[in-house]
Amino acid sequence: MTSWLKNLMKKRIMWPVGALVVLILVNVLYRPSFLKITVLDGRFYGSLMDILRNSAPLMLVSLGMCLVIATRGIDLSVGSQMAISGAVALTIISHSPTPNSLATVLGAIGVGVLITLLFGIWNGFLVALLGIQPIIATLVLWLAGRGIALLITGGFITTINSAPYKTIAQGNVLGFPVEFLIGLAAIIVVVLLVRRTALGVLTEAIGINPAASRLAGVRSRGIIWSLYGLSGLLAGVAGILYSSNIMAADSNAAGNGIELDAILAVVLGGTSLAGGKFTLGGTVVGVFIIQTLASTVTFLGVPSANVSVFKAAVVIVVVVSQAPMVRNWFGRQFRSSKTASPTATPVAMERTAA
Amino acid sequence: MNAKTTAPLTAATSAAPASWRRAVVNHPSWFPVVASALLLILLFAGAQVKFGSFVTPGVLSSLFVDNAYLIILACGMTLVIITGGIDLSVGAVMAFSGIIAANLLQNGVNPTLVIPLMLINGALFGLMIGVLVQYFNVQPFIASLAGMFLARGLAHVFAPRQIAVNNAAVLSLNNHKFRFGDWYFTGTVIIALVIVLITAWLLARTRLGRTVYAIGGSESSAKLMGLPVARTKVLVYVISGTCAGIAGLVFTAYASSGYSLHGVGTELDTIAAVVIGGTLLTGGSGYIFGSLLGVLVYGVIKTVINFAGADQAWTRISVGVLLLAFVVVQRAIVARASRR
Repeated sequence: MTSWLKNLMKKRIMWPVGALVVLILVNVLYRPSFLKITVLDGRFYGSLMDILRNSAPLMLVSLGMCLVIATRGIDLSVGSQMAISGAVALTIISHSPTPNSLATVLGAIGVGVLITLLFGIWNGFLVALLGIQPIIATLVLWLAGRGIALLITGGFITTINSAPYKTIAQGNVLGFPVEFLIGLAAIIVVVLLVRRTALGVLTEAIGINPAASRLAGVRSRGIIWSLYGLSGLLAGVAGILYSSNIMAADSNAAGNGIELDAILAVVLGGTSLAGGKFTLGGTVVGVFIIQTLASTVTFLGVPSANVSVFKAAVVIVVVVSQAPMVRNWFGRQFRSSKTASPTATPVAMERTAA
Repeated sequence: MNAKTTAPLTAATSAAPASWRRAVVNHPSWFPVVASALLLILLFAGAQVKFGSFVTPGVLSSLFVDNAYLIILACGMTLVIITGGIDLSVGAVMAFSGIIAANLLQNGVNPTLVIPLMLINGALFGLMIGVLVQYFNVQPFIASLAGMFLARGLAHVFAPRQIAVNNAAVLSLNNHKFRFGDWYFTGTVIIALVIVLITAWLLARTRLGRTVYAIGGSESSAKLMGLPVARTKVLVYVISGTCAGIAGLVFTAYASSGYSLHGVGTELDTIAAVVIGGTLLTGGSGYIFGSLLGVLVYGVIKTVINFAGADQAWTRISVGVLLLAFVVVQRAIVARASRR
């Protein structure tokens, strides 16, 4: 095995990327047209484009989740927050006399996202200032959030007719779906924010050892607080995308269960739930794994509710392959074959000599 | 309630009628349980004043009948949470067990065979999660999430549509009412209370229970003390899974059907009830009796909202607010205990 390949194998991100490649290969095997992208009326069409487009809400939520998890936290309320932002935005638009004006739509989106930002800050307040465990602190809003969204829409599914709002999910810019571009923009902004400033390093420091990072002068409270806020903000945008897709605010269905998918995407990507080191690239790959899986299963004609069996299988395979016991076992296999070979390393020779 | 938390230790112990109070002060882990008991009484009193006829044998009886499955799930979950773990699979395993039962019963299989199968099914899911957690170092959250996806998906593979249950024996668990004056209880309630007694006995009186608390307090210390940590950790998930299987039976009788979408989100309801009952999510502290109170608090809120005629939106909001109030109180207690 050449050294560059060995180095590649050591990278944690190789496991999720490998899983994604396998999934794509399976797809190509069953439908050769999977990788084909056709251009029609200056727009790109194809299964890959669908996956890129449909993954946007989960992408936004997972990026926020990844950062929260890196601080040893978790945010269960993202699905409810999606319901809230959609409910707020659509209620504003449906009550406005000019649902088709760009200003109304932008204003509605702004208010919707601002409200989820505030809810995110509320989560951060519970976690960072009151010191409540993240899983319970965000469970509060998981429970109450959908109730709040139902109150906003009066218990009904609010539907609207608004061309600008429809563009968000169904429009195209430069041939690419707007939804995908929003997801892409979120990735770029979050990566720049985290990796081009000290925020990423400080976040990892908090996750690795909260006490030590505090002693080293990291303002962990403020950082944790703002990351929950960011998670709320991104969930709010995801809620806008969701409601724009169906042009309705369905407070019960919007983002239902997305918190678990997002956590899954983060973990599949190789970020530990124990906090500390995180990889945004891995999270992006994790999101694509989940979305490709959903698309594959749908294509194979399996009812979409059965996707969860496949999800369970992928999770078990990926987490078990990352388990120390399995890695050690593979390591032993690798080493024993190496000592048997004539080009034994000096260390191995010393050991046999001793 | 607040006065007691802030009262200095000496004042509490020197107060004359305060032998029970001393007991609470000396056992900080009892405090959340006492608090939820007080809150339950407060809820009853408030509802009685507001609605006039709330605290009646009928309402109290139906409180237990409607929440029997949640009581059973909460018992298993309490054990898992005390070890510092979590089990997200319970709702899905409950639904899957129900599907298996409904399927077999529809094909004329005898309930005496079906019921053990449900329990074994639950235990197997628990075993899978426990092995993943203990031997493959998977975090409990993720391991049980995988179990949840698997159970929910398999349930849907087996039966995409609702299956009616017509078996008289299973239905009588919920429909046959043992009446004592205006009070009544059903087979499902008996099952739930038996589970409460068994798990409470396990926790309080057996080596397993001691080990469960020890693991929650500090897993490495428990290991150094020579306690069977690995076996116990797997076992609590098996117990929780078995409880989910039993809950599947109870819920099938209650809903008189098996359906893959039964109990969606029940796992988080269960966790909320356990936390309201005073069990700390960090592990090491908690009581089955507290979880029972937690489920009852949860159930009373739902009943109150039904009485008030409010919609599900308010149910969710008030349960959320109540959960918040509880964790804040808990947090204050933990902070106080660690300062001491």
